[in-house]
Amino acid sequence: MGHYLPSTEKERAEMLKAIGLNSVRELYRDVPDCVYREQPLNLPEGKSEMEISACLKQLGEMNKQYRLILCGAGAYDHYIPSIVKYIPAKEEFLTAYTPYQAEISQGILQSIFEYQTMICELTGMDVSNASVYDGATAAAEGCTMCRSKKRSVTLVSAAAHPDVIATIRTYCYGVNAEMKLVPAKDGATDLNALKEMLTQDVASVYFAQPNFFGLFEDAEGIIAAAHDAGAMVVMGCNPIALGLMKTPGELGADVAVGEGQPLGMPLSYGGPYLGFMATTKKNMRSLPGRIVGETKDAAGNRAFVLSLQAREQHIRREKASSNICSNEALCALTAGLYLTVMGPNGLQETAQQCLSKAHYLAEELEKTGGVKLPYTGEFFHEFVTVQPQRDEILKKLEEAGILGGLPLGEDRILWCVTEKASKKELDEVVRLVKEVLA
Amino acid sequence: MKLVFEKSMPGHASVILPPLDVEKKALPENLSRGRLPRLPELSETEVSRHYTELVHEVYGVNSGFYPLGSCTMKYNPRIDEEIAALPSFTGIHPLAPQEATEGCRKVLEEAADLLEEISGMDAMTFQPAAGAHGEFTGVLLIKQYHDARGDEKRRKIIVPDSAHGTNPATAAMCGYEVVNIASAPDGCVDLDALKAALGEDTAGLMLTNPNTVGLFDPNILEITRLVHEAGGLCYYDGANLNAIMGHVRPGDMGFDCVHMNLHKTFATPHGGGGPGAGAVGCKAFLAPYLPKSALMDGGEGIQVRGFAGNFLVVLKALTYILTLGKEGIPQASETAVLNANYLMKGVKEVFTPAFDRICMHEFVLDLSDYKKATGVSALDVAKRLIDYGIHPPTMYFPLIVHEALMLEPTETESRETLDQVAEIFRKVKEDGIREPELLHTAPHNATIGRPDEVAAARNPILKAEL
Amino acid sequence: MEHLDYQFSRSHEWLKEEDGLMIVGISDFAQNALGDVVFVNLPDVGDEVTAGEAFGDVESVKAVSDLISPVTGVVAEVNEELLDSPELLNSDPYGSWIIKVENVTDTEELLSAAAYEAFCETEE
Repeated sequence: MGHYLPSTEKERAEMLKAIGLNSVRELYRDVPDCVYREQPLNLPEGKSEMEISACLKQLGEMNKQYRLILCGAGAYDHYIPSIVKYIPAKEEFLTAYTPYQAEISQGILQSIFEYQTMICELTGMDVSNASVYDGATAAAEGCTMCRSKKRSVTLVSAAAHPDVIATIRTYCYGVNAEMKLVPAKDGATDLNALKEMLTQDVASVYFAQPNFFGLFEDAEGIIAAAHDAGAMVVMGCNPIALGLMKTPGELGADVAVGEGQPLGMPLSYGGPYLGFMATTKKNMRSLPGRIVGETKDAAGNRAFVLSLQAREQHIRREKASSNICSNEALCALTAGLYLTVMGPNGLQETAQQCLSKAHYLAEELEKTGGVKLPYTGEFFHEFVTVQPQRDEILKKLEEAGILGGLPLGEDRILWCVTEKASKKELDEVVRLVKEVLA
Repeated sequence: MKLVFEKSMPGHASVILPPLDVEKKALPENLSRGRLPRLPELSETEVSRHYTELVHEVYGVNSGFYPLGSCTMKYNPRIDEEIAALPSFTGIHPLAPQEATEGCRKVLEEAADLLEEISGMDAMTFQPAAGAHGEFTGVLLIKQYHDARGDEKRRKIIVPDSAHGTNPATAAMCGYEVVNIASAPDGCVDLDALKAALGEDTAGLMLTNPNTVGLFDPNILEITRLVHEAGGLCYYDGANLNAIMGHVRPGDMGFDCVHMNLHKTFATPHGGGGPGAGAVGCKAFLAPYLPKSALMDGGEGIQVRGFAGNFLVVLKALTYILTLGKEGIPQASETAVLNANYLMKGVKEVFTPAFDRICMHEFVLDLSDYKKATGVSALDVAKRLIDYGIHPPTMYFPLIVHEALMLEPTETESRETLDQVAEIFRKVKEDGIREPELLHTAPHNATIGRPDEVAAARNPILKAEL
Repeated sequence: MEHLDYQFSRSHEWLKEEDGLMIVGISDFAQNALGDVVFVNLPDVGDEVTAGEAFGDVESVKAVSDLISPVTGVVAEVNEELLDSPELLNSDPYGSWIIKVENVTDTEELLSAAAYEAFCETEE
């Protein structure tokens, strides 16, 4: 059996004696007899580190590792620079608690402050929080912060990620607020339908840029329509796309949110990921979660603290707008580190490569004649194709060690191409698709 | 310390990507951002040194004693990190075909089986990403249950006044009115207050047991019986599960659903404030209401986060549970309780415990007499502890104890450490009697003194000037 | 006690009539108990307030306290200066009004300055 106790059985017996007890059962004397477990739980016997290592590696080997991943849909396979993997593994970063004791937590506080600054730069917004759980919860919290006594309805684009839609719906269900889906047309939010749905009771509109199908939305149109009707806008953004695309700040969105996983976090079967959230100065105090601020100590040294805490659950209790406390601090540190390593030009180049390679694959697939692109809108690094041989194509790629796009209904595939794919690999994909079509 | 932006030099960079090998596609101008984000420009050496500088300003569990009550700062085994860094786990796309993700799904299934056994529950979800998120999920199970039965009059959730702030905040996020009930003088649930609060409008009770003063509520079976009798359900806040694993199970105490903080009880690291995992378990009758992923699982139902949750955190917890096994799990808990009592015995000679009796895995000191005598507050004492190289305990919580310091040593501390800590508390107390000003202005050995939090809140500076 | 023309609630707000409007602020005792005020959450003009119920709150670094309206009516004006300078509630509590209320239909049972002073002594 393994354990992490820095004491022997003999020492523990002496300690028990020192507190005046004779048995472990006496430590649990307040536990009623009828529920106290005299018999051990039905768990396997403990193991040594060497055994554990072997046993879990074996579990890992039951997974299939692809040499190329062309599936995105909310989880993106980007290249992670080596140093981005090593720094967050430093024990102090890894094991510290939330930095409530500022005097011995300046390193973590500063890393969050730097992260907040970078998120503001990426999104063009004024204020970022220290992170929330993931992109879906960021979207849900974003919609929550827009609700008021007079306006409680949330409109969500049907072209958003299904998990994001379901999460917003759940957060609305919690507070008995209404959520309505704005239909999609040609793979993007139906602006006319949206305009009709923008009644006096609408608090906010959520849409994603690019959306679930990879397409760029008419952000100007959506935001103008929402603002004309007195509603706020929560804009979901892909952080890599922000290396190139117009920011929520430039567009006039009220809240910018997104999934930060592409910023240096591996796929990891869905998590840990990173929800980023930023807003305007005007809405700063409605932002949920922790926020780090800069101040000075008594001697005038620069100091960082958890600020604006009176918004939060540990002070406001049932009146807090969110119950969030633990967030994804280490993922925020990772994202800040990733953005530092890439720098402005590296981020732009990554976005440029994603955009270019996705378009290359889309064009080459279309040239085969058997694959059609149903949508004509501009896209970033994801796109949808339609082909009757959907399953055969994915199977063929699978056999070649390539994870193809996500199968959607009606013979469609949602592809994603990142900077990781080389021209040679994309040409191979096209060749394999042609073999199926032939 | 300089900000990373202040170290930026135009042109400094790492070469990460190869040149683009397909035709460059330009994004149309109407979709393009005006200027590049002003991210820092640093070479890899400079990046490495910057973060090394930062890490020197962080106190981790590896740095020393970390008795943060309610947070279970136990040692985080390195093997768990090594396993969670295997490419055979980190490289797996959540939407890859079933056959390709068998290992990941087996990890989740096995972790669910083990945690169900430990908590006495029948079903489990790993979607919640933290404890508070688990509470939200758990109370939504209760809400769906009442809704499905058309029992619409149940609008209230009962929460003791000693509860974590997340409990009432969670109930509010689930649309419930919060009924705060006062604790009995012994810190446990006041049965009369509970009875008075219960009624046909009761949706449920949220309870931590052992509670936030570190005591196991001896009336627990009566409490859950009363709530059930009134038609409500019982939610177990697993923040303090580390006291009781293998000795008593929430499911056997009468709870209907629970959350477990894998980042406390099951030794996954806190990461400076996450990622955690708030696994939620429930009895079979609530299982149909557990969250699902619209994209991975399809169908209706609630969803609290994308995909399947913080998978790697669950993997670390699984590694930990399998390492300890059937003997190690209860041993970890009983040692945590033993260490807390041993430390309380040492510290009791210095400061007054709020409840002077055998405690569970943590205990609370009440420094109000000391403050009256010396003017030195619990905050001052906490800050002075930093000068002696240990992390301060949790301060001013629970709210029902004045000048509270809450200590949770965990099982991964040695007798020598606990003896030294008791000695440090004695020295700090004497410092305060001899020279109160020394404590009012502590810490003196940290990189910064006490920050001006009032200025920070009145004139918020929340990002760097670029 | 210098503010003889003010009336006080037991939740430590003051009330004064001026130009047909009821003006609400917090007392010196209240600001002292709160400590450094760092933010004030104000209602909107036109919001209805109810005697005995919260109309906003004041934040210090580690606490938040409801502001309880001594009257029922409609908010006619809010003191937006407090958004930028919440410290005015500490430095000049009687000079820093928070809201002005019109169409007042109900008023809480209030204390005179002298009675309030006596009440505060029991609150210590």
